[in-house]
Amino acid sequence: MKCPAEMVVYMHEYLDEEISAEHEKELRAHLQNCGECQTHFHELKKTIALVQSTSHIQAPENFTANVMAKLPKEKRKVGVQRWFRHHPLLTAASLFLVLMMGSVASSWDQDHQLSVSKQPNLVVQNDKVIVPEGEVVKGDVVVKNGDLEIQGEIEGNVTVINGQQYMASAGKVTGEIEEVDAIFEWLWYHIKTAAKDAVNVFETGETDKEK
Amino acid sequence: METIVKKRIKQVLKGDQDAYAEVVEIYKDKVFQICYRMLGNRHEAEDIAQEAFLRAYVNIASFNIDLKFSTWLYRIATNLCIDRIRKKKPDYYLDAEVAGTDGLNMYSHIASDARLPEDDVESLELQETIQREISKLPEKYRSVIVLKYIEELSLNEISETLDLPLGTVKTRIHRGREALRNQLRYV
Repeated sequence: MKCPAEMVVYMHEYLDEEISAEHEKELRAHLQNCGECQTHFHELKKTIALVQSTSHIQAPENFTANVMAKLPKEKRKVGVQRWFRHHPLLTAASLFLVLMMGSVASSWDQDHQLSVSKQPNLVVQNDKVIVPEGEVVKGDVVVKNGDLEIQGEIEGNVTVINGQQYMASAGKVTGEIEEVDAIFEWLWYHIKTAAKDAVNVFETGETDKEK
Repeated sequence: METIVKKRIKQVLKGDQDAYAEVVEIYKDKVFQICYRMLGNRHEAEDIAQEAFLRAYVNIASFNIDLKFSTWLYRIATNLCIDRIRKKKPDYYLDAEVAGTDGLNMYSHIASDARLPEDDVESLELQETIQREISKLPEKYRSVIVLKYIEELSLNEISETLDLPLGTVKTRIHRGREALRNQLRYV
């Protein structure tokens, strides 16, 4: 018996889920009577099942990383923006640091003139401050942007910023001598004095209470 | 799924490369699978799958955001596979069986006891046979069969992916099925 040629077409229509009700009826009727077509249909379904059974393999490890490594470099701007977005705290901290450095640098730049604490018996010559021989200077002496030559006596601390101090053999300082050179030392000096002041405020506050 | 992908693609379009990693992560298995079934070789499949993602990234601006991304991506992948199959010269792959041996491939010639874990699963004879038969199909049948039965796309999606008329897709699937039936009927 020669099967009608359209039966195979109907089978594929069925497998594509596009068969009309009429064709399906015809196909079913034919399959019941024809062993050959039954086998053919069965083999097609088996083939599909076999092909489908091979699915679900996975991409190798590091696949995504490998792809990402091969991509052309992105625009720098975006990278920077994303970095800022991902690190808000660091962004804030670095911004703060930049502003701080700016203000420190500008205040450092501003006072390049010689300045001296105001004691009446200090003598200023060009860039040099002299404590004359035999004189006694009372209180702390601060010299900024200049040298200090001590021939007489200072009753208090000595601080020389951006300069040097020379002590004559007859010179005498009762307090501490401190020299500040670089900007960082200057900064450190500021922090220390601020801390000292704070401590002093507390101490005087406490002694006031005690009184 | 598509909405997440579209959101990421918009970020990629703005120049955010990291957003693309997520897109790759979502589609890597599917794209790799298409390539593997088309080419029948892991190393080549990885190569082409990576190339497909790379091409998609470079040409992302030409992607119409109103369409399905997967369709576009699969088209790139299948086209690359077909190109590779056509260009394929008689070459020696490690996966290829060595002539005159039974089941020995070039891996057995490499002094290494470290076999990949995937190999154990795939060494199932049946899987190999099926893959070999898929690989024997002419590429025009192979692509539709892979998209239909392995990626489980609809006929319309296949027609869009391959840029072929629906009728052609159907014909090719029918012929592909018949060809496979002839090879696999006695398995």
